[in-house]
Amino acid sequence: MAVYKRTYKAYEGALTPAWSRFLILPRSAYGRLMSSKFLVMYLVACFFFPLGCAAFIYASHNLSFLTAMNIPAGRLFQVNGQFFQFFCGFQGGMAVLLTSFVGPGLVAPDLANNSLPLYFCRPFTRAEYVFGKMSLLLALLSAITWVPGLLLFLIQSSLAGANWAGENSWIGTSIFEGLMIWDVTLCLIALALSAWVKWRIAAGGAILAVFFAGAGFGTAVNAIVRTQYGSLLDLRKVIGLVFAQLFRDPVLPPVPASDAWAVLAVTCAICLWLLSKRVKAFEVVK
Amino acid sequence: MPPIVELDGLGVRFGRRDILKDLRVSLSGRTIGLLGPNGAGKSTLIQTLVGFVRPNSGTARVLGHDIRRSLTPIRSLVGYMPENDSFIADMNAVTFTRMMGELSGLPRDAALERAHEALFYVGLGEARYRMLGTYSLGMKQLAKLAQAIVHGPRLLILDEPTNGLDPPARARMIRLIQEMRESGEMHLLICSHLLRDVEETCEQVLILKQGRIVHCSNLEEERRANQRFVELEAFGPHDGFAEALTELGCHCESTGLGRIKMTLPPGFEVREIYRLAASRDLQLRRLNYRRDTLEEIFLKAMES
Repeated sequence: MAVYKRTYKAYEGALTPAWSRFLILPRSAYGRLMSSKFLVMYLVACFFFPLGCAAFIYASHNLSFLTAMNIPAGRLFQVNGQFFQFFCGFQGGMAVLLTSFVGPGLVAPDLANNSLPLYFCRPFTRAEYVFGKMSLLLALLSAITWVPGLLLFLIQSSLAGANWAGENSWIGTSIFEGLMIWDVTLCLIALALSAWVKWRIAAGGAILAVFFAGAGFGTAVNAIVRTQYGSLLDLRKVIGLVFAQLFRDPVLPPVPASDAWAVLAVTCAICLWLLSKRVKAFEVVK
Repeated sequence: MPPIVELDGLGVRFGRRDILKDLRVSLSGRTIGLLGPNGAGKSTLIQTLVGFVRPNSGTARVLGHDIRRSLTPIRSLVGYMPENDSFIADMNAVTFTRMMGELSGLPRDAALERAHEALFYVGLGEARYRMLGTYSLGMKQLAKLAQAIVHGPRLLILDEPTNGLDPPARARMIRLIQEMRESGEMHLLICSHLLRDVEETCEQVLILKQGRIVHCSNLEEERRANQRFVELEAFGPHDGFAEALTELGCHCESTGLGRIKMTLPPGFEVREIYRLAASRDLQLRRLNYRRDTLEEIFLKAMES
């Protein structure tokens, strides 16, 4: 199909492996996403707290600095499971806001422009589509959550020594496990809401509403029914319970952690069901 | 020619409603026209062939691949241009077409090269860096065509390709379809309401009505077969001319003013008509082979 000939000619070259094609979606969306100055600024802001934590870890191991600042070593916070639990909680909150910025643009434009048939008439499945869209947000969330978390853990391990690293290797696992579960949950919520709310601003609002309205409703349930199980409607509290279990928090949780795990599993399952209902090449109008 | 599309008892049901009922046909034309009134099941048939809809009974084979078992190879070999607006608004045409090429399995560089080529081919070369959201309806149709051919499919499925186009844009689309047909590189399955579009581009036609096949024929063969039907107009003393033709074995019907419609018997030479007219000092002002237009075929099929 050479331009100068203007005649049609079929393609006869090699094809890319099928497994790698889901990466085309995040690659093509990444450039458009990064053209938003607001998003870039927010992403930069997301690294302030990890940088502060890194500075704190460094300072807490630097005796000359502590002496110069006249700070007794025992008065500083200990860098332990609770330190990283707080880190995960803070960055998890930042991840919620990032999800509300990026999430609405994932599926909604494809539905609004009816472009799903164009994806699915090719050797490209619905699962690959969802995975491709999810991987874009997951990469961004990972960059501000468990990646800096593990870097902090490595800094602490290198400064505190091999003994500390050996005794606290579970912290590294917990950082990865806890934040990855949170990131996946956020991605699925964002995808599901983006698939059901075509208007981007409304979809962003809906993502925030899931967290804030859920928190308010949970508090109301707790107050009215005089129980603690209303907390399970607040996803921030739910992931807090999971973090508490993973980071071996000595404070007794108000609700068993197993219930929190179940809520996360049910949330993910509902999101997948919602996605399966909407991410289709065509709709049968009843 | 091996069959391009084979329907083997294909049935599709949405809820309690049968949309396609026991379709059985083998289509092997270079360009196949899919016709039928609204709600006949044309789009459902196309969506079933590309795997969007799962058949409830029977099956179909596209380029030899069963739609129940081998959807991935089918989707690699097929290009699909949907009826409705389908695009990604905040992308320019090159990025969009390239991405569609990559999703079909083309490597990045090849997809980019072919995206440019496809856009030039359909006539969007100058506008290829414009955002798709700013395109006119005709340009969007061409962009849809470009994404459908970017990976070099063996079967191109076009659902209402001239929908909403003004006459020049329609003529351009028809010319493109004819060019692709002439290239011999791909087969085309065209679904359209416009009989003229199908008549100008297709050699085989499948007509659906209420989910059933009511007519399937090769238009060229049908035209050849219809060469036994002749219409003529004679000037002069034409009394008894129809009777004389009947004596020669023709089945004639006089429509007045020297106009006669007739069916020629097998092996009949047309020059016999000229000879008879000359012997009666008649001028033959017009002699046409009358062939059924697609419209007549369609109407007959609808009445059946």
